[in-house]
Amino acid sequence: MTTTGTAIVAKGIRKSYGSVQALDGFDLTVTTGTVYGLLGPNGSGKTTAVKCLTTLSGFDAGSAEIAGFDVTRQPDEVRKRIGLTGQYAAVDEILNGRENLVMFGRLYGLTARAADRRADELLEHFDLVEAAKRSVVQYSGGMRRRLDLAASLIQAPEVLFLDEPTTGLDPRSRNQVWSGVRALVKAGTTVLLTTQYLEEADQLADRIAVLDNGKVIAEGTADELKSRIGGDQIDVVLRSEDDLERAAEVLRRIGGGEPQIEPDDRKISVVVSGARIAILTEAVRALDDAGIHAEDIGVRRPTLDEVFLGLTGRRAGEPELEATSS
Amino acid sequence: MTSTSTSTSTSAETTLVGTTAEVERTGATGAAKAWSDSMVLLKRNVIHGIREPIEPMLSLMIPIMMMLLLGYVFGGSITVPGSANYREFLIAGIIVMVMAYGLSNTASGMARDTEKAVYGRFRSMPMAASALVTSRALYEMIRGVVETVIVIAVGLLIGWQWHNDWGDFFSAIGILLLLRLALVWGGILLGLTVPAEAVSPIVYPLVFPLTVISSSFVAPERMPEWLGVAAEWNPITSVVNATRELWGNPGVGGDSWIVQNAQLMAVVWPLVLLVLFVPLSIRRFRRVSA
Repeated sequence: MTTTGTAIVAKGIRKSYGSVQALDGFDLTVTTGTVYGLLGPNGSGKTTAVKCLTTLSGFDAGSAEIAGFDVTRQPDEVRKRIGLTGQYAAVDEILNGRENLVMFGRLYGLTARAADRRADELLEHFDLVEAAKRSVVQYSGGMRRRLDLAASLIQAPEVLFLDEPTTGLDPRSRNQVWSGVRALVKAGTTVLLTTQYLEEADQLADRIAVLDNGKVIAEGTADELKSRIGGDQIDVVLRSEDDLERAAEVLRRIGGGEPQIEPDDRKISVVVSGARIAILTEAVRALDDAGIHAEDIGVRRPTLDEVFLGLTGRRAGEPELEATSS
Repeated sequence: MTSTSTSTSTSAETTLVGTTAEVERTGATGAAKAWSDSMVLLKRNVIHGIREPIEPMLSLMIPIMMMLLLGYVFGGSITVPGSANYREFLIAGIIVMVMAYGLSNTASGMARDTEKAVYGRFRSMPMAASALVTSRALYEMIRGVVETVIVIAVGLLIGWQWHNDWGDFFSAIGILLLLRLALVWGGILLGLTVPAEAVSPIVYPLVFPLTVISSSFVAPERMPEWLGVAAEWNPITSVVNATRELWGNPGVGGDSWIVQNAQLMAVVWPLVLLVLFVPLSIRRFRRVSA
């Protein structure tokens, strides 16, 4: 679409709310047609970044371009090319699903006929045909979110912003959102997605930036980031507390670091690298050979907390001072 | 589950992509787009009013109940200077009361328009921001007309009449709607300033005394002198008195300049309020939507 092939460029954005520095030199470059994940805990500045990039908020310093248009100087050109789905379903509660989509279509500048047709297409796509004539008040959380996502796609946006699109959704609705995002990207839309879940960023995003205190502290593909933070974890829950020490010894040999022991839960975790299933099989076999009974064993992605621990040496949400003084 | 996600992604490839290039726009800009956006949002407001009628009904029912109660229960004990028909005296005051109570709905509607999550979506769209205010003002004026028609119909049922020609009849309607317009802008200003839940606790304690300390229900002459003067200078009194004069309904009389010039002041007062409220509302909206 743009000659440079970049859909989003943000340079040194600073934005404060009173004494709180929400964005503190935020930089971002997103290639056209890719999915970009902004990963960070609550209060890291994800939502503020989305607000600044979608013209909802002004900012104190820096600059941003969406699809080649300056966010501050050409907000209307930007608005004609973006779609936004926030953390709360931004639809009218009293109107029904179809009325919502037609209204938004008209406000996007579509002709009456195009707005009608687009509403019907989107209702069908998001499996809302049966609920189309029902007031949104009667919708479930998942249906609302789907309607919200449909609304943000009305003008077939070049750049779609999804601010924590699956927070609070059941797995089925979450999968529908994910498959919708994948389909859009296939069609050439650029997606900026914010999330608190590494799993979600990993599933959808081509590149991920980790946000902390209003700044990007790490950036790369999911694999690059994972190698920086130590990759997957194996969790073992033992039947007996007495086996903790011996099991830790076994896992230390398999894993890449010191196992974390939580005696109260009879649980041991260790960071591993390599093929997930192979390493899991190896762990099961080694424990079995040592005659240790495991009640539960599994391999999982690191949590956001662990990502943070790996990148910053402190837990997500902890103030920076504590980390530097310790 | 598997089948759901498969069918979703196939239909996405055909539907979403197929139309990407075909989204047909009106191409309207500037004032034309602002007007079309206002009409779209006006339709939304009308649907809201029809589906959630309780709040607007309440602000209409209270004055109508007052009209019936005062007209039949107390009417016999209240004497109006120079006339016996209290119910004919009442109606102008009741319509003005309806106009004034409408302020509550205007303000809470405006507040909700700018505090709900959907407002964030509006602001991320290429929509004329001013359409939120103009659609609110238009809708509230339409509501004012409907309410006036309802009160007049109830008035006719209980024996009210106007005694002058159609020109005077519609002049009075014009004066009443001018007051409504001024109060609508007051409501917009209030709704942009306080949250929706704060509207009723502010409006009713303010508007109820304002409608009673006037010539709406009794003659200010019969109040304690200081209160009577306040009542005569109340803008509501000028509108009520002017309406009664134009309809040939019994009035309260009085020698003061303000009472003698009711028709002039019934136009001047709302214009003064408009000169005050409109710029303040626009300034306030610019700040809210910045």
